[in-house]
Amino acid sequence: MMTSYAQDIITGLSSLLTGMKVTIKTMFTKGHTVQWPRQTAQLPLNFRGHIRLVANDSTGFAKCIACGSCVRACPSNCIEVKGEKPEGAKKKSPTLFRLDFTKCSLCGLCVESCPVAAITFSRDYALAGLTSEPFAAMNLLDEVASPFAGEEQ
Amino acid sequence: MITEISIMRTLLSILGITLVVGVNAIFVVWFERKVAGHMQYRLGPTEVGPAGLLQTVADGLKLVSKQIIFPQSADKPIFILAPIICLVPVFIALLPVPFSATWQAHELDMGLLLVIALGLLNTLGILLAGWGCDNKYALLGASRAVAQILAYKIPLLLCILPIILLAGTFSLREIVLVQEQSTWFALYQPVGFLIYLIAITLETNRSPFDFAEAESELVAGFHTEYSGMMFSLFFLAEYTYMLVASAIASILFLGGWLGPFFPGPVWMLIKIYFFLFLMMWFRWTFPRVRVDQMLSFGWKILLPISLLNFLITAGVMAAL
Repeated sequence: MMTSYAQDIITGLSSLLTGMKVTIKTMFTKGHTVQWPRQTAQLPLNFRGHIRLVANDSTGFAKCIACGSCVRACPSNCIEVKGEKPEGAKKKSPTLFRLDFTKCSLCGLCVESCPVAAITFSRDYALAGLTSEPFAAMNLLDEVASPFAGEEQ
Repeated sequence: MITEISIMRTLLSILGITLVVGVNAIFVVWFERKVAGHMQYRLGPTEVGPAGLLQTVADGLKLVSKQIIFPQSADKPIFILAPIICLVPVFIALLPVPFSATWQAHELDMGLLLVIALGLLNTLGILLAGWGCDNKYALLGASRAVAQILAYKIPLLLCILPIILLAGTFSLREIVLVQEQSTWFALYQPVGFLIYLIAITLETNRSPFDFAEAESELVAGFHTEYSGMMFSLFFLAEYTYMLVASAIASILFLGGWLGPFFPGPVWMLIKIYFFLFLMMWFRWTFPRVRVDQMLSFGWKILLPISLLNFLITAGVMAAL
C-alpha cells in the first residue's frame, strides 16, 4: 500500500513535468496567427469563392455561349443568363449574367455543367458588406470585355 | 514617537506599495496573456502600445468606465465590502516584504505571520462576495473556496515551519540574512519547496485549482455578479496576491534579494517573476482538477508529506 502511494506521487509528478515540457516548447515556437488584414493566409487550391466568368485568351470576351445549362443545373435558381449573337459571330454571347450570391450554396454544379468551361470559382473571400443588395444581383459580366460594347451606345 | 521622518517614511511606503501593486498588475496581466498566447501557438496582445504592453491600461480604462450593476436581491453592504476585503489585505501584506537589505516598507519581527494571517482574509472576501450577491453559482464558488482553504493552509504552514526552525526568526528580512550565512533554504527543504509551490497555486486560486472561479462550471464563480471597477478590484487582488505569494516564496526558499552582480531589488524581482511565470506555466498546462480530487490531494498527500517533512527537519535539528 505504501509503495503504490509513493508510486502514484512519482508517476503523477513525472506526467505533470511531461505536460510542462510540451507547453514550454510550444512557447518558443512561432505563433500560427496570421495578422489579418496586414497579412493574408494562403488559400487552399480548391477554394470556392463566388463563380466568375472565364475570358477567352485572345479576344478577352467571355467564353460563355449563353446556352443556359448552368441556369438549369443550379439547384437554388440563382443564375440568370440572357444572350444573343453579336454581329458576324457564329455563337451567342451573354448580354446578361447575373448571380444571386445570397442564395448560392457554392455547390459547383454550374461549373461542372458548363460545356465550354466558361465558369470557375473566384478566389475572392473578403466579401463583407453592410447590405445584401450588392450580393443579391452580382453582375459577372463586369469582369470580362463585351463584344456588344460598341453597339449599346 | 511620531517624527517627521516616520511620517515621510509612511507616506513614501504607501506611495511605493501603490506603485508596485499598480505597475505589477499592468505588467503581469500583459505577461500572462503573452505567455498564454505563445503556449497556444498564438501571439497574445500586439496592438495597443509596443508589443501590446498598454493593453492592460486600455482594458483597465474600459472597466473603470463601465456601469456597476447591483443585483436586486443582493445584500448591498456585503456586496460592496467584498472586493475591498479582498484587496486591502494584500496592500498591507506588502509592508513587511523586503526588496533588499534596506528596501523595506516596514520591518516587523512577526512579518511572516502577518502575511500568512492576511492571506486568510482573501478567502473571507471571496466568501462575502459569494454570499452577498445572492447568486447560486457565486455561492457555490465561495463554498468551494472555503473548502479549499482548509485543504491547503495546514500543509502550507507545515512547510513554512521548518524554515522558521532553520532561520530561528519570523522576520522576513532576517530569514534572508540567515540564508546569506548558509545557502538557499530550497536546498535544505526541497520537499517543502515543492509543497509550497503547490500550496501557493491553491492559495491564489489559480488553475489547476481555480475552483472558486471555475468559468467552465460556475459562469465566473464568486465574481459572477460583479462588473466594472468592482470586478477589476478582484482581478487586481488576485494578481497582487500572486506577487505577495511569489515574494514570500523567493524570500523563504531562494534567498530573497541575494545574488551576484546585480543589486538586491533586481534579484528580488527576477525571483518574483520566476515564480509568477511558474504559476502561469502551471495554469496554461494543467486542466482544472475536480473539487474532491483537490480535497483528497490536500488531505491525503500534501498534509502527511509536509507533516513528515516538518518532523524530520525538527528531528535532525534536535539531533545536531
